[in-house]
Amino acid sequence: MPAPGTFFSSTSAYAGGVKSALTSVFVIVLAGTYVGMGALAHDVGLSPGWLALSTVLVWAAPAQLIMISALGTGGTMFEVALAVTLSATRLFPMVVALLPLLRGPGTRLRDMLLPTHFTSISMWVESLRLLPAVPREHRIAFCNGLSTGYMGTAVTFGFVGFYLAAGLPPLLAGVLLFLTPMSFFLSTVNNARMAIDKLALVLGLILGPLLAYWQVQLDLLWTGVIGGTVAYAFHRVREAMQ
Amino acid sequence: MKAAVVELGPYVVLILVGFLPNEVWRIVGLLTARGLNEDSQLVIWSRTVATALLAGVIAKLILFSSGELASIPLAIRVGAAICAFAAFLLTKRSVFAGVLAGEAALLLGGFLFPH
Repeated sequence: MPAPGTFFSSTSAYAGGVKSALTSVFVIVLAGTYVGMGALAHDVGLSPGWLALSTVLVWAAPAQLIMISALGTGGTMFEVALAVTLSATRLFPMVVALLPLLRGPGTRLRDMLLPTHFTSISMWVESLRLLPAVPREHRIAFCNGLSTGYMGTAVTFGFVGFYLAAGLPPLLAGVLLFLTPMSFFLSTVNNARMAIDKLALVLGLILGPLLAYWQVQLDLLWTGVIGGTVAYAFHRVREAMQ
Repeated sequence: MKAAVVELGPYVVLILVGFLPNEVWRIVGLLTARGLNEDSQLVIWSRTVATALLAGVIAKLILFSSGELASIPLAIRVGAAICAFAAFLLTKRSVFAGVLAGEAALLLGGFLFPH
């Protein structure tokens, strides 16, 4: 994947972001994920317009999956809202880690609203990888372009999945579902160049399944807090010793 | 829930149980990040927490799969992930080549050893 170069204007930075999105592996991942989401929305009797709006407003595949399956199988409004908000806690540390990369000397709070809303796993992973090479004054435009490319892909393939619905052989459906963990896995490994990030990654890979196997409540939240804090503490101790 | 959808309409339900409970964490993040720079300790800690959490999600998706992926045996899913990682390293860290190798291994394994 080409590294983004210098841009002459915000518009060309935005276009550069869209281009980076459409040439990244996440386009395939989002297409596969949202084909599945479209088929699910069709099966529970929601409209394609509703699915598109939920993609634009919620913009988080796990939350959308929870919502759509709950609409199909039942469950109280409160239970669904609680499950959605628990799955969304991961967005908090992601936004905190991302925004300082985007901010320049003259950045206003309202310039940050769109990147904040756009924050999702694929956009976060790619932003952390690509933004350091983008001049600071063009980072927000680049990031918004990147996100627009991803969101457009998700909305488009949601429609495709809705109209294809059923008809997918089970093995192919399994292969589509495997795209998400594979691409997140390799791009996170690719991003983890520093010891602190590598340690956080390895701890998360071990703790996540362990806590789930032990049926710990809020297992993913604990995985993040424990794994992340241990990696951070290790980094502080090493810094102090140097 | 179905009753609620009929009464409130699916779009109101989308806002109340989808958009708002999801978006609140992004806004809390926006307010927390004000005035912090990328070297600040809270930002570094947030990055490690997000990375560990994401790794947990990945491992759970592979080991405790749902939907049609669950019908492919665990050993094949783990084997395919190892193939993906090996291909990624062999191609000088190409994510695309790694994903392709992992998917090919899963397809082959699923085809040869149906559940």
